[in-house]
Amino acid sequence: MTTALIAEDEPLLAQALRAELARAWPALQLLEPAVDGDAAVERALSGRPDVVFLDIRMPGRTGLEAAEAIVEEWPADAGALPLIVFVTAYDQYALQAFERAAVDYLQKPVQPARLAACCARLRDTLALRAAARDASDVAAAPDDAALLGRLRTLLGAPAAEAATAPLAILQASIGSTLHMIPVDEVVYFEAADKYVRVVTAEREALIRMSLRELLPRLDADRFWQIHRGTVVRADAIATATRDDSGKVFLTLRRRPERLVASRLYAHLFRGM
Amino acid sequence: MPLAAVPLPPDPALAAPPRGLADLLFRGAQVMLVNLAIAGLIATMSGNRFGHVVLYSQCIGLAIWGVIEFGRRVRSGGLAEWPKGWRGPALVAVACPLGYVIGVTVADALSGYSTWANYLHRPEQLARDFGPTVVFCTIVAGGFWARGQARAQRAQVAAAAHEATLARLDMLQSQLEPHMLFNTLANLRALIAADPPRAQEMLDHLIAFLRATLAASRQSEHPLSDEFARLDDYLALMRVRMGDRLRTHATLPPELAALPVPPLLLQPLVENAIKHGLEPQRGPGELQVDAALDGATLVLRVADTGRGLEAAAQAKAREPDMPSSGFGLAQVRERLQTLFGDAARFTLAPREGGGTLAEIRLPVAGRPVS
Repeated sequence: MTTALIAEDEPLLAQALRAELARAWPALQLLEPAVDGDAAVERALSGRPDVVFLDIRMPGRTGLEAAEAIVEEWPADAGALPLIVFVTAYDQYALQAFERAAVDYLQKPVQPARLAACCARLRDTLALRAAARDASDVAAAPDDAALLGRLRTLLGAPAAEAATAPLAILQASIGSTLHMIPVDEVVYFEAADKYVRVVTAEREALIRMSLRELLPRLDADRFWQIHRGTVVRADAIATATRDDSGKVFLTLRRRPERLVASRLYAHLFRGM
Repeated sequence: MPLAAVPLPPDPALAAPPRGLADLLFRGAQVMLVNLAIAGLIATMSGNRFGHVVLYSQCIGLAIWGVIEFGRRVRSGGLAEWPKGWRGPALVAVACPLGYVIGVTVADALSGYSTWANYLHRPEQLARDFGPTVVFCTIVAGGFWARGQARAQRAQVAAAAHEATLARLDMLQSQLEPHMLFNTLANLRALIAADPPRAQEMLDHLIAFLRATLAASRQSEHPLSDEFARLDDYLALMRVRMGDRLRTHATLPPELAALPVPPLLLQPLVENAIKHGLEPQRGPGELQVDAALDGATLVLRVADTGRGLEAAAQAKAREPDMPSSGFGLAQVRERLQTLFGDAARFTLAPREGGGTLAEIRLPVAGRPVS
């Protein structure tokens, strides 16, 4: 049985998509719809649908952030990742990014013909998946890698605003003292609610900036995003160990803690 | 005998402004053509040798033109525009005698004739030769200067009109935001199948909203009751879209209903409260719009229980692609400044108990709009 989750904050639109899907794909079983981004992540992880329709602008997490969280937190024993279809009324930048990343998307108002074509594509992908699963016992389906790649392209898409000059020095307050931390000394950055935790070999500090704001200002060759909430300096990584679920655990040169690379970024550690 | 000739600025009717060197050569050719015509005229009238007249006419004319051209470039930083105000005529007044001296000297050198030595013997000849130069220079250069002034003025008017059009377009674009429009249409499409009478009602609100938005850029003011009616159209659309998540209250005391206000002044504030405060917030929220009189000041308030200014700013930093509230608010400030100067005030602040409070204070005009 194929299941799907609709995440849409406008009740009439959720209802309409439900009705259109019933016509375009009668066999599709719909889970209780999610009314915001956070609910979408919860519902997806607990209900484990085959397909998720995500509105882009939702209260709480946006559709993109919800997709990222679903993929990163998808349990290893839950089988293949859900297929994701983004739904948007009008977002110029988002549409360009969807095209570039070749992800599935629908525009509101949803046209029946467009929805039918989308459903046909989803059915084909799911059928291929089922065939592959029957043929082998490998847990992860072959199209997961492609899906992760597309999602990475989408999330890495440059923002509309021009990137500013790369950061050399971070100014972080610890208590009432401002500490000047050279970016080169940072071992890793970790998102902490509204702040970013900056961790060096000796100390840690908070900077009042989101990871999303910080990322474009870091040298992408030297600082690797390994999780939606973690960016690590590549030459501070000592070892990388992959476990059965596809997650990668990292040990660091000058810090005792271990970091986790999510499956979205696990491709960075493949051996030479 | 030296003769007068006149510099000729480019005629915009003859040539769409060529730029740079081509522009300069084009103007030079025009000057030489006019010099030739003047030489012909003078040669016929005085009976002097045509070749001689042409030489002096070209030298003087080109010299005067050269001085003016140089002066225009120095004044306008290489743009070759006429200098502003009295400096234009002053440039012509300086260029005329200076160009005459240079032109005659060059022509003398070329022809071997000595005009200056001749003037020492017959000073009255200088007045007779220089006279026509002054006359032609004044008539033609002065004429072209006047035309340049008119052209500059026309360009200024056109630029102002262009600016106004852009401002209107910006305002229209911010009010007919495509994301809002397409989401509303998607809701309408859903309602047509599910609940036709409600669909019709929603369509009526959409029509009234669009009509008001398009009319607002042409009207200068309307009664406060109209402003509230337009808000009601917009809020009705948003209530359909957001369902139970949006509760709205609008309070307009009847005695204030007829007060004149600029059209759709509150619209951006209400839109802002929904788009950045209530819509992105999980769970339901409330929007309150009210009008009150404080002495001779009309106080208009839009309050929401949304996520607040700080959260909105953070979200904007996280998602730079999302629309910012900056434009709508800047527009409100700008309109108030233009219409009322310092007599009007606009503030946006955190609301007590969470959310945001936007407040506009306007002087009451005293006369109701019929």
